[in-house]
Amino acid sequence: MPAKTKYELKLGAATREAFGKALVEVGRTNPNVVVLDADLSKSTYTAEFGKQFPDRFFECGIAEANMMAIGAGLASAGKIPFASSFSVFAMNKGFEQLRVTAAFPNFNLKVVGTHSGISIGEDGPSQMSIEDISLACSLPGFAVISPADEVAMIALVKRAAEHIGPLFIRAGRIKAPVIYAPGQDFAIGKSIELVEGSAVTLIATGLLVAEAIRAAETLETEGISARVLDMHTIKPLDREAIARAARETGAIVVAEEHLVDGGLGVRVAQVVAEAHPAVMEFVGIENTYAESGTPDELLDKYGLRAVNIVAAARRAVERKR
Amino acid sequence: MQKTSNVAELAAICKRMRREFIEMITTAKSGHPGGSLSATEIVVTLFFDVMRHDPANPKWKDRDRFILSKGHCCPVLYAVMAECGYCPKDQLMTLRKLGSMYQGHPDVRFLPSLEASTGSLGEGLSLGIGMALAAKLDRSPSRSYVVLGDGEIQEGQIWEAAMFGAFHKVDNLVAIVDYNRIQLDGFVKDIMDLEPLVDKWRGFGWHVIELDGHDIAALQRAFAEAETVKGKPTVLIAHTIKGKGVSFMENNPKFHGQAPTPEECVRALAELA
Repeated sequence: MPAKTKYELKLGAATREAFGKALVEVGRTNPNVVVLDADLSKSTYTAEFGKQFPDRFFECGIAEANMMAIGAGLASAGKIPFASSFSVFAMNKGFEQLRVTAAFPNFNLKVVGTHSGISIGEDGPSQMSIEDISLACSLPGFAVISPADEVAMIALVKRAAEHIGPLFIRAGRIKAPVIYAPGQDFAIGKSIELVEGSAVTLIATGLLVAEAIRAAETLETEGISARVLDMHTIKPLDREAIARAARETGAIVVAEEHLVDGGLGVRVAQVVAEAHPAVMEFVGIENTYAESGTPDELLDKYGLRAVNIVAAARRAVERKR
Repeated sequence: MQKTSNVAELAAICKRMRREFIEMITTAKSGHPGGSLSATEIVVTLFFDVMRHDPANPKWKDRDRFILSKGHCCPVLYAVMAECGYCPKDQLMTLRKLGSMYQGHPDVRFLPSLEASTGSLGEGLSLGIGMALAAKLDRSPSRSYVVLGDGEIQEGQIWEAAMFGAFHKVDNLVAIVDYNRIQLDGFVKDIMDLEPLVDKWRGFGWHVIELDGHDIAALQRAFAEAETVKGKPTVLIAHTIKGKGVSFMENNPKFHGQAPTPEECVRALAELA
């Protein structure tokens, strides 16, 4: 739906909650779907799957490394395992196992990390996953998916269950603004143009897609026409849409709730460098860990807001001249 | 392939396999002979007697699964799989060479009849548990066999998996600890002692069978006993000799990860004649 509609951006479910709902749906239609969790099933929302399909739900206790390799073993025997934990534990504690037991043999394991980014709030940096995109993208053969709202999450979990090969889905803790109408089509690797624009392209993922839409609305009042792309798949990247954005708008701002190092921005920059030169700016977490606070306070303090995207877009447009 | 329960025949296969992979490692000029020699009876008894598998149909859904968690000892596995007919014998001497299906550590991309890619220690038991869980879900008779190194079980993930296996009653899985008492840096008891090892596994809720890992009849009895154990997984603590069968390699830490010279190979093959 490439359309310059107004977005209400009303708060909907958290993407982690949508994930739990989607799991039950795919579990119902596909008996090969199994779920593993590491003592966080009430927070990752896998508990409902466990209630409905107890035989296909494996509680692993607080042992993420073991969970990932058991998931890989299940995948090798024909199951479609979804292994879930907080993203920071799934990717960091499970990384070596994801590398050797899933990515290396290309086993069909699905990893879902909830509580990604800094918007988890008060729990603080030890629980904040700000390097998971970088880690997941470094695994050959892995797809990396970061849905922006509940509609996107439900659709993309279904696509993930159909996809053959390992992948990582990133989910958030807090309620996410609803961007999509029910029935919106999603394909892994195909970004979605949410706002048309010609002077600059705002490429965002996850929670920052809504911020990018708000930024585009502000920019419009200043006479800057900003295109918005939801890059819900970070790997494989939609190279064609990025190249077109570079060619047609000449300026790109990438926004993500992740370290700038190793994040979506640097991956987009690679495509831009290869495909068509364009001015680029990056909105993300700059070489630091965050702290405790409310999600709103943290998103403000660490510069992950529409206002930050607007400022970056102005700089990009200025540099283009 | 011709399976057999005859101990003398299995012993003869072991001798042949030892000759085969000593030559392979010598030709490769690198590799891990000691742990292949200590695990030979275990691997041969499983593939030629105990396991239900079909080399003509390597992806048979109900096959038993074998995982060499101590992946560096793949020469014995490659020799045995080739003998079974999974992969060509005439390429065994390409071990560790560019493009070879016989990679330095097991790699399913190059040898798809392997169950898993291993080599990073501590991960195979979890993989085997995953396969065993899938078999239970499918009501399949498939059983999983995982060979662990003794040094390998210093890895924490092994004990995560040990807890899981007992708690979830994964009784269609057998782990075998190749307790040859030597790891890369020296003797296990000097690096990070595992004792009391039987008590540890028992404490984790496993059925434990202690045996001589070179005694084929004892291995056969232990695997048969394991099949009768319900409600918990079984671990074999297999006391073995690193370098077994080659006098100058036995109990010699040097041959954990060093290939024999051509002269040493000649002597080894003479001893294994």
